[in-house]
Amino acid sequence: MTSWFDHTINGLIIGNIYALLAVGLALIFGVSRLINFAHGSVYVVGAYVGWVAVSVLETPFPVTLLIVVAFTGLLGIVIERFGIRPLADAPRIAPLLATIGLSFVLDQTVQILFSPDPRAVPMQVPNWRINIGGGSIGVLDLLIGGIGITAATALFAFLKLTKWGWAVRATALDRDAARAMGVDVDQVNRIVFAIASALGGVGGVLVGMYYNVITPTMGFEATLKGIVSEVVGGVGNVPGAIVGSLLLGLVESYGVALLGTSYRNLFAFVLLIAILVLRPNGLFASRRQLPPEPMTGTFVAPSKPVNLPVPLVAAAAAVAIALPLLIDSGYLIQTLTNAWLYALLGLSLTLVAGTSGQVSLGHAALLAIGGYTSALLASNLGWPVWLTLLIGGFAAAGIGTLLVSPAFRLRGHYVSIATLGIGEIVALVILNWESVTRGPIGVAGIPPLSLFGYDLYDTNAIYWFAFALMALLALLQLRLLSSHLGRTLRAVRDDDIAARSFGIGLNRYKGLAFAFGGFFAGISGAFTAHMYSFINHETFNTQISVLALTIAILGGMGNVGGAILGAVALIGLPEIFRVAAEYRILLYGIALLLLVRFRPQGLLGTV
Amino acid sequence: MNALVPNPALDAPHPLLEARGLVRRFGGLTAVGGIDLSISEGELLSVIGPNGAGKTTAFNLISGLDRPDEGSIRFNGIDITGKPPEAVHAAGLSRTFQHGRVFANLSVADNVLVGAHRRLRAVRPPWPVIGPLAELALALIRPPSVKAEEAALREEVREILSIFGERLLPRIDQPAYSLSYANRRRVEIARALASRPKLLLLDEPTAGMNQTETAEMLEIIADLKARGQTILLIEHKLDMVMRLSDRVIVLDDGKKIAEGAPLAVRNDPAVIEAYLGHGGVGAAAAAGPASGDSVRLLA
Repeated sequence: MTSWFDHTINGLIIGNIYALLAVGLALIFGVSRLINFAHGSVYVVGAYVGWVAVSVLETPFPVTLLIVVAFTGLLGIVIERFGIRPLADAPRIAPLLATIGLSFVLDQTVQILFSPDPRAVPMQVPNWRINIGGGSIGVLDLLIGGIGITAATALFAFLKLTKWGWAVRATALDRDAARAMGVDVDQVNRIVFAIASALGGVGGVLVGMYYNVITPTMGFEATLKGIVSEVVGGVGNVPGAIVGSLLLGLVESYGVALLGTSYRNLFAFVLLIAILVLRPNGLFASRRQLPPEPMTGTFVAPSKPVNLPVPLVAAAAAVAIALPLLIDSGYLIQTLTNAWLYALLGLSLTLVAGTSGQVSLGHAALLAIGGYTSALLASNLGWPVWLTLLIGGFAAAGIGTLLVSPAFRLRGHYVSIATLGIGEIVALVILNWESVTRGPIGVAGIPPLSLFGYDLYDTNAIYWFAFALMALLALLQLRLLSSHLGRTLRAVRDDDIAARSFGIGLNRYKGLAFAFGGFFAGISGAFTAHMYSFINHETFNTQISVLALTIAILGGMGNVGGAILGAVALIGLPEIFRVAAEYRILLYGIALLLLVRFRPQGLLGTV
Repeated sequence: MNALVPNPALDAPHPLLEARGLVRRFGGLTAVGGIDLSISEGELLSVIGPNGAGKTTAFNLISGLDRPDEGSIRFNGIDITGKPPEAVHAAGLSRTFQHGRVFANLSVADNVLVGAHRRLRAVRPPWPVIGPLAELALALIRPPSVKAEEAALREEVREILSIFGERLLPRIDQPAYSLSYANRRRVEIARALASRPKLLLLDEPTAGMNQTETAEMLEIIADLKARGQTILLIEHKLDMVMRLSDRVIVLDDGKKIAEGAPLAVRNDPAVIEAYLGHGGVGAAAAAGPASGDSVRLLA
């Protein structure tokens, strides 16, 4: 039985590591107004550089730390120079998307270099423990605490006492004014990214030693935890980030003590949503402030959408329908079936993120809701699959909209963070609600797709069914866009304040967009579940959410034809060229980076 | 609650808009420090003052974009103090924005149609709870009543745009981001008119316009006024204010320093001082009737 003292110490240690991440995120937000989703990947790189230093070069601890600081600091400078700076004048969500692309690239590179298997980082400090009262503190605990305090003090001294520290603070207050007064803002950004990344890298090594295990995939969670800490403390607030981190560490530690390890992240994300809804400016926010003007929450580059001539679209559809009869390749047909299902997801997200401007990063949760609803109704109650498909769509629409509704009052980056958190919560509920979802085992033996009482096993039949559904719903979406709702949603996206000033209630229309889009995603998830006959909590993960966003951006935000084209390009092409799975994620990351940088309006233009 | 207190400054017994003791502070700065303001139906009231006088902040308080720290606002018989912008709009108030806030990716026609959003009846049944779903269903199914409503509104959009002559009509299907700055301001006004507001708030409608365009805008506003439209105007071009206004309020440093007929305000020493600073008072007074012109030039 571990004592409360131990839980408190554990919480503070974890909090300290979160703080190393969150302080960096807060510094970067301060000068760049950017939430850096690649931050956790830098932490992974730090952990692996540390592993190489300890295991291969066999360096002593202080040298290990120095190597990590130097390497990740440099990485930060590279990220700033090539990933962020070129996007200085782009809409604010653009650099955020770029950092997501970067995180895919970094994580995947680490995975390709070091294999996805977990590795142990040898601890370089003695394993003594000091007994205090009912618990104990280890040397590593003290070391992590010491490094945290030292880093915070050094950072404080740097910001308050040095010339560049002043420049950083001036840039954070007003970038343009700082530039006008002769501050080299680029240099400030470089310094901040270097410091932030070095702190993140140190966090990676320490956590590797603390848990004695590192994996290439641990970066995503680290990013999320850093962001949660930062939001709790108030985005961009450095001391707030430290307090928020310690608070998060304690909440998680006590939560785990009460309910068990699998609830750790649930506490973190529920805390995130609670803070976003109740105190979106963080616990230490000053008085209420006017929303900034003009709004830049959207990622919609002004462009004339390409007008696809109707005969061309009809011809493409005819080819798509005739394809199974022309080509005898089950593999190709299966791949394209997948592409149609991703097109449904792309249509859903292009409506929510493109047309309505709510850049959702948790869209895979809608697939999961649809998939689980349909799979469970069909397997447990034996309902016909055509009906459960429909119910899956409605469930995703209803439950999804209800879950996201607290985020309707948020804008810009906060929408993305909140939807990401809500998506994680859905996955964690599926994992932990074993009596209904069968927990980590997942749902196996899901009945096959069926239509009019006939089970569909034939690859071609499933292909036609998927295509017909997708085409039908795409037409429905076109009809929506040409109605008054089309202009209303786009008005909300372009300027929500002006829209409200003309009587457009944001809750109502954001809700409609999520419901309509949720239905599409739910159908797609349900279809997938019956097609594969097995799903679990990892079937619809965050990578799929990001892939959906890449599809929407590639096609052109809000563009119906674009979403379909984007799905065929991103799902079909890598499959046809048989790109290995780990390179495929790398490819998605690079595609996202290049798109945001060079063609933000996508292939067919934004609508 | 204050509506019953008689106010000798008013001509009409029931003002359409009545704001009392509005205060808004930003940290240590008092942007609006106790402003009273009222406007009767059919009136054109101008608010002038140097930059930073609190004009736009006062506008934001009235239109619901910002909440006053103190004071009350009644509009059309309803207390709208601290109400959100959609509620204020529902009560019958439409506004334009100082820096122009058109929907950049929407066409001119769609921008104006958004202005008529609240007038959509057939497609927005006022049912509780299921109203939004009914709206979605009607938008997708489009029964004849919905089609007719949309067609009628599109016809009306052309009429509204025609008050700007050939400025906007040829560009009706172009996205707003492709318009000139002046044209975007016109779209904003058209959008506000499409809502058929009881009170129209215009925040510097001629900012960034040249002389010809300003003269044209003056004609348009005069025309709206002649049609009985109640208008609250913020404007820097005093010339225009003098010609259009029934009444003028002068703000300086968050406070009302003068109120009255255009000519009286124009020659008010406090106003001249606010615009020219202390050094200018003697000179402006000595210049006599010409002082108005010097004010305009400097403003």
